[in-house]
Amino acid sequence: MAETTVKYEKTKGLTDKPLSYCPGCTHGIIHKLVAEALVDLDILDKTIAIASVGCSVFSYEFFNCDAQQAPHGRACAEATGIKRVLPDNIVFTYQGDGDLASIGIAETIHAANRGENITVIFVNNAIYGMTGGQMAPTSLPGQKTTTSQNGRDTDWTGGPIKISEMLATIDSVAYLERVSVHDPKNYLKAKKAIKKAFQYQKEKRGFSMIEIVSTCPVNWGMKPVDAMNWVKEEMIPVFPLGVFKDKGADNE
Amino acid sequence: MNSNIKVAGFGGQGVMMFGQVLAYAAIYDEINGLWFPSYGPETRGGTANCSVIVSDKQINSPTFKDANHLVAFNFPSLEKFREKVSEEGLILYNSSLIKDDVNEEGRVCVGVPANDIATELGNEKVANMAMMGAYLELTHLFSDKTIEAIIKKFLGERKAHLLDVNMQAIQKGKDFIKDLGVTYA
Amino acid sequence: MAKVLMKGNEAIALAAIKGGVDAFYGYPITPQNEVPEYLSKHLLANGKVFLQSESEVSAINMVYGAAGAGARVMTSSSSPGIALKQEGISYIAAAELPCLIVSVMRGGPGLGGIQPSQADYYQATRGGGNGDYSLIVYAPETIQEVADTIKESFDIADYYRNPVMVLVDGLIGQMMESVDFDKPIKERFLPEKDWATNGTANHPGRRNVANSLQIDPNALEQHNIHLQEKYNLIKKNETRYEMINFDDPEYVIVAYGTMARICRSAIEMLNKEGIKVGMIRPISLFPYPEKAFDEIPKNAKGILCAELSMGQMLDDVLIANNGRHKVGFFGRSGGMLPDPEEIVDAIKNFSERVVK
Ligand SMILES: Cc1ncc(C[n+]2csc(CCOP(=O)(O)OP(=O)(O)O)c2C)c(N)n1
Ligand code: SF4
Ligand SMILES: [Mg+2]
Repeated sequence: MAETTVKYEKTKGLTDKPLSYCPGCTHGIIHKLVAEALVDLDILDKTIAIASVGCSVFSYEFFNCDAQQAPHGRACAEATGIKRVLPDNIVFTYQGDGDLASIGIAETIHAANRGENITVIFVNNAIYGMTGGQMAPTSLPGQKTTTSQNGRDTDWTGGPIKISEMLATIDSVAYLERVSVHDPKNYLKAKKAIKKAFQYQKEKRGFSMIEIVSTCPVNWGMKPVDAMNWVKEEMIPVFPLGVFKDKGADNE
Repeated sequence: MNSNIKVAGFGGQGVMMFGQVLAYAAIYDEINGLWFPSYGPETRGGTANCSVIVSDKQINSPTFKDANHLVAFNFPSLEKFREKVSEEGLILYNSSLIKDDVNEEGRVCVGVPANDIATELGNEKVANMAMMGAYLELTHLFSDKTIEAIIKKFLGERKAHLLDVNMQAIQKGKDFIKDLGVTYA
Repeated sequence: MAKVLMKGNEAIALAAIKGGVDAFYGYPITPQNEVPEYLSKHLLANGKVFLQSESEVSAINMVYGAAGAGARVMTSSSSPGIALKQEGISYIAAAELPCLIVSVMRGGPGLGGIQPSQADYYQATRGGGNGDYSLIVYAPETIQEVADTIKESFDIADYYRNPVMVLVDGLIGQMMESVDFDKPIKERFLPEKDWATNGTANHPGRRNVANSLQIDPNALEQHNIHLQEKYNLIKKNETRYEMINFDDPEYVIVAYGTMARICRSAIEMLNKEGIKVGMIRPISLFPYPEKAFDEIPKNAKGILCAELSMGQMLDDVLIANNGRHKVGFFGRSGGMLPDPEEIVDAIKNFSERVVK
């Protein structure tokens, strides 16, 4: 028995502060993956995390490194400011879809276009979680939210915006992958992708972003298991997983 | 007549609805009612509370120092607010979840096994209405007719079939107080 | 429609519909989310426009566009969101376009908190946009007054071709109270919007342009003089306030919105103890009811300005008082709400509160 017991050890990359996410929310899993990558690459002590405005607003209390809290949508600009004065440090943003793809889309695109050597962790749950379930730019066609109560009407509001696909058109982007954590297989892929993004930053290859298709069981009005299924059945067909850009692979 | 009421418990225990029913009932009876919730992330999964003022005069301050009545659905809420109940005030608590005897000097403290009553009726969700029955039996704030009209409105057409079980819970709450023999107002 | 119990934010939305709103543009933010949520359901169902913008910056510029095109248009937000709207607000005021901006204040500065506050008094009355402009700012205290003000605000905005801001705190937005939407509002003669940029087919022979650029300094100064004349007219016609319990008061409290309600209860308590306290309740914050201060008896012991902030309206109280009486201050901030007893205490220990 003793040999087969895997003792769960909390990563040093997270503080002892209990996570403030709802049961079944994948924000927590993603925190763990990011923290583990920072520890594995031995960069935790030179990392600066940028917490954005969304449910992850308190992430500055969770990541066990220095951190700044950015105004809504401005994380990539704040990260740019830091990285330009501390080029040898590691800087990453942790942003939701409202923060990154709506109010902060200009900052995101321009940081990517400048090839800022930062890593963006983009948590796409197709909704505004923090403010109580309004439509996000990534909400699916027909998705019911508190500001699209009859379902998202794409003729009126446009369709789900695909950030990874958009950023892939930018030359100075080094690495882009969309992943999910809804099952163990994908969890491992996500772990690898996040680590690779930070590895690229360490090697000064330029802008990297990992988009994680995520859940919001509370505002989707679903049980956690159903939310995981919804990711698989409804979200991934709209947001296909995969590598959209890998400059390292091109060069090799 | 002026009652400042604090209602508190876990999110999902029907705390907000309890408070709103009282405010709606006040308007229905053509007196004044005001309801104010705690809001934001603090209510997510954690504790929720609301303040209600029912008055036959114009309601000025929406805030109050001490509540005349505290309705506590769980232990953390009781602990948080028990010292903010005015003298001769009422502390009504859910004895299904709060096992200790509650005593506050100069206040009337009454426990109601709200969850047990709801379980007996086969619907966990009506625990708040069992509390409502007990509350009304003690305070006599609103008549059965008023409360029934409000509950009907809350349930709407989609949940109209739940009216009976809600009213039964209210009745059981009332009966519990009658059997206990305590009076308040 | 008789009296109904309604949440403040929803009453704002319904009153806007009753006031004839054609279009709403906004971005989610706590504690005002029920405004857009309610409107998303009811405007779209009635063939009107509801659109969630990608940011507050874009929301206010959507408002600019629709206002210029002649629509009854509104937006709604809370503190950090209103901060982002400041640029657009200055442009709208400069171009003299009518619109309604609802501001549901939460604790600041920065991301601050989401609990009720009145810390955006400067933001509303001084503004963060550039230039010599003013909004018409109303700060109602009950949900009834909120509904009446919102309904009327579209007419006032149209009449003066000026943005109107209705300023409340998160408590008013979140609380439920009874409200009657059928109360009549003042009738005003509203001229045709013959300036609207709705195509020359609607006004042949004249091009309409919505603009704030005046490259010639002389022209820009003339424009500013014209704006000031308009603001003076607004001061004359639209100043609103209430004098409460003004029967030879020893002390006078000045408070607006939620704080005024808390003070009303405090005044009742003080009066019971034989301490005579009256209140000036500004309803319009711009224009500020300076005249009311002339009614304060010469022998009054002092004025207490009470706010849910660290002291912003206090500036206007000091200006209006003009050195005549001692002025004290009571403030709570960050989302902390006082109970009436704290105000009672502040009056009883007025000397400790004096700032000037
Ligand atoms: C300028 C400004 N506008 C609006 C808000 C309110 N706000 C807080 S979080 C949020 C959206 C969060 O959604 P998302 O980025 O998708 O993160 P999630 O909560 O879903 O993880 C908004 C609009 C704000 N804080 N600041
Ligand atoms: S509201 Fe949604 S995104 Fe936010 S913590 Fe809860 S489940 Fe996660
Ligand atoms: Mg989101």
